[in-house]
Amino acid sequence: MKKIGGKSFIIVLSLLFCACFTFSTSFAADVIKLGVAGAHSGDLASYGLPSVKAAELVVKNVNAAGGIDGKKVVLLIEDDACKPELGSNVATKLLSEGADVVMGHICSGSTKAALPLYKEASIICMSPSATNPPLTQSGDYPNFYRTIASDDAQARLEVDYALNVLKVKKIAVIHDKGDYGKGLAEFAKQFIESSGVKGQVVLYEGVTPGAVDYSAVVQKIKRSGAEAVIFGGYHPEASKIVMQMRKKRMKMYFISDDGVKDDTFIKVAGKYAEGVYATGPMDTSKNPMAIKATKEHQEAYGSDPGAFFLNAYAATQALLNAIDKSGSTDYKALSNALKTEWVETTLGKIKFDDKGDAIGIGFAMYQVQDGVYVEVSK
Amino acid sequence: MHGLSPFFYKVISLRAAGDGKEIIRHTMDYFLELFLGGLTRGSIYALIALGYTMVYGIIELINFAHGEIYMIGAFTALIVISVLTMMGMNTIAIIVIAGFIAVVYSCAYGYTVEKIAYKPLRNAPRLSALISAIGMSLFLQNYVLLAQTSDFLPFPNLIPNFTFMEPYAHIISSAEVVILITTTAVMILLTILIKFTRIGKAMRATSQDRDMARLVGIDVDRVISVTFVVGSATAAIGGVLIASHIGMINFYIGFIAGIKAFVAAVLGGIGSIPGAVLGSFVLGWTESFATGYISSDYEDVFAFVFLVLILIFRPAGILGRTEKHSI
Repeated sequence: MKKIGGKSFIIVLSLLFCACFTFSTSFAADVIKLGVAGAHSGDLASYGLPSVKAAELVVKNVNAAGGIDGKKVVLLIEDDACKPELGSNVATKLLSEGADVVMGHICSGSTKAALPLYKEASIICMSPSATNPPLTQSGDYPNFYRTIASDDAQARLEVDYALNVLKVKKIAVIHDKGDYGKGLAEFAKQFIESSGVKGQVVLYEGVTPGAVDYSAVVQKIKRSGAEAVIFGGYHPEASKIVMQMRKKRMKMYFISDDGVKDDTFIKVAGKYAEGVYATGPMDTSKNPMAIKATKEHQEAYGSDPGAFFLNAYAATQALLNAIDKSGSTDYKALSNALKTEWVETTLGKIKFDDKGDAIGIGFAMYQVQDGVYVEVSK
Repeated sequence: MHGLSPFFYKVISLRAAGDGKEIIRHTMDYFLELFLGGLTRGSIYALIALGYTMVYGIIELINFAHGEIYMIGAFTALIVISVLTMMGMNTIAIIVIAGFIAVVYSCAYGYTVEKIAYKPLRNAPRLSALISAIGMSLFLQNYVLLAQTSDFLPFPNLIPNFTFMEPYAHIISSAEVVILITTTAVMILLTILIKFTRIGKAMRATSQDRDMARLVGIDVDRVISVTFVVGSATAAIGGVLIASHIGMINFYIGFIAGIKAFVAAVLGGIGSIPGAVLGSFVLGWTESFATGYISSDYEDVFAFVFLVLILIFRPAGILGRTEKHSI
């Protein structure tokens, strides 16, 4: 066992060496190798396969237009089944095959397992779907980018909107004690507190989902003097709380998440839903590029695209654009291009921030106006 | 917190008379708001707990399907309201007709549930009837889930905002006042029914000794049926009022409300009509004050700790009879 372990370590090392060697010489080669990693088999394959199709379609278009600087793009497709242990194997394999950049992985766990290897080899990795906040925020992986908003982006948007657009200072943060709601509420609380003098959490409470009424919590919100309520949770509790607030003549802002950006909320809360803010995924259905990509998918594969297709399409576009703009696959030049060059993608016009999260994608703020959610953040 | 507050008032009022008064006023307002909030919540529980406690008083069965009858009452009312609104009737007619149909329909359900699930088990061990009750509860929940929908449905606000209530609207809403009054009225009517009518006398007799009651010529089966019908009627009234106050219903509301109402009935002394109401208010206040002064994260914890304490010192509940039962 020990012997085999030692051997494979040597193999990995030599592969890494080869990878580095390939990397430094790759630009001289006549193709650009784009690694595509993710779950292409197993029970999470439905998350990964659309990203392969997205990459195939983008590459087909790029190659049909003559490639990048005359070089054709080729795909190296590897399956990690969303398993962390396979994630690092796939990374090793892609590096050994000389991938210049990697689009993937799909799940946060396997992405995290693969990232140290890419980092070692100075390879850029861009995920269309890994939402775990620390992947970018920890700063451990400067080579990591993503075209999906991280889990805390909603909380960030809610807090920013409350503090900067609505200009409120006192905020009550309420949640439903569930993983999703409480997670968001914790982020919101943290962001408000770290905003310095701008904002203040005057109340932080969890409510019992399904309780017959929330009048005590509503009175507590009123007493706290909050100018806005940020609620983390789903629409049944949100509508009960909003209705009781409005019935008690409390007119403060109510801001919530995509669990509330649901038409059922408006249906149930009726006139009391008016003016409620909720964050939700940005509407890409009117983006011409997204429409075109979806159409390409239908023509090529005869079906509608699956999950994260548009994110993967955008990631591939962003990577190839950076290679085109920087004229190389050099790590520094690519990083620079990703962070400075705006690129038109299926998710809209994007570039990346210092930590690797995409600017210009993710969540938008919506408000209920005349019984429908209307985007207000732009 | 409670114990400390009067001390604080004194200190504050001594230091700065003007500001102090302001603070006292705010603190008192808050106390009053929580008190009224607890009272409304308590009366919601009470409307359901009354049915629980009546059935238990007569046949010593915890009718778990009672919460479901409440839910069916609310759904029936919603369907009737939707139809009548489409026909363009005026609001008061809609309230009366919807309430009436909901009561009749729920009574029919209560009657049928008793005949199907409990009557065949009348002489079986009490545990069998209890399991039958839980089964009935699950059956009715899933029946409504399949027949209607799993989504929350909006329930129209039937109780208008009275203009004379407007100055107090920030403290207590018109709907809450109506619920309070209805609860009190239902409690008084039930007490009169049991204390002063023939069927009430028969109920009391059945509750004391079923075999003896039968021997003196009381139709025990009929008495039990009437109990279920009356219990279901109160649940239906509760269903309509509470759904209208909260503004939404789904198939699951009966279960949660039922559990809390059951706790309230036990707290007040199961089998006792005033006890159910008192227990419900005590539970409502406990939850409201625990939320208001400590944290809503522990709302249920405080409610159940309080229940445990009451049951340690008064095992039969606040107003429960402590004498031993023959069974």
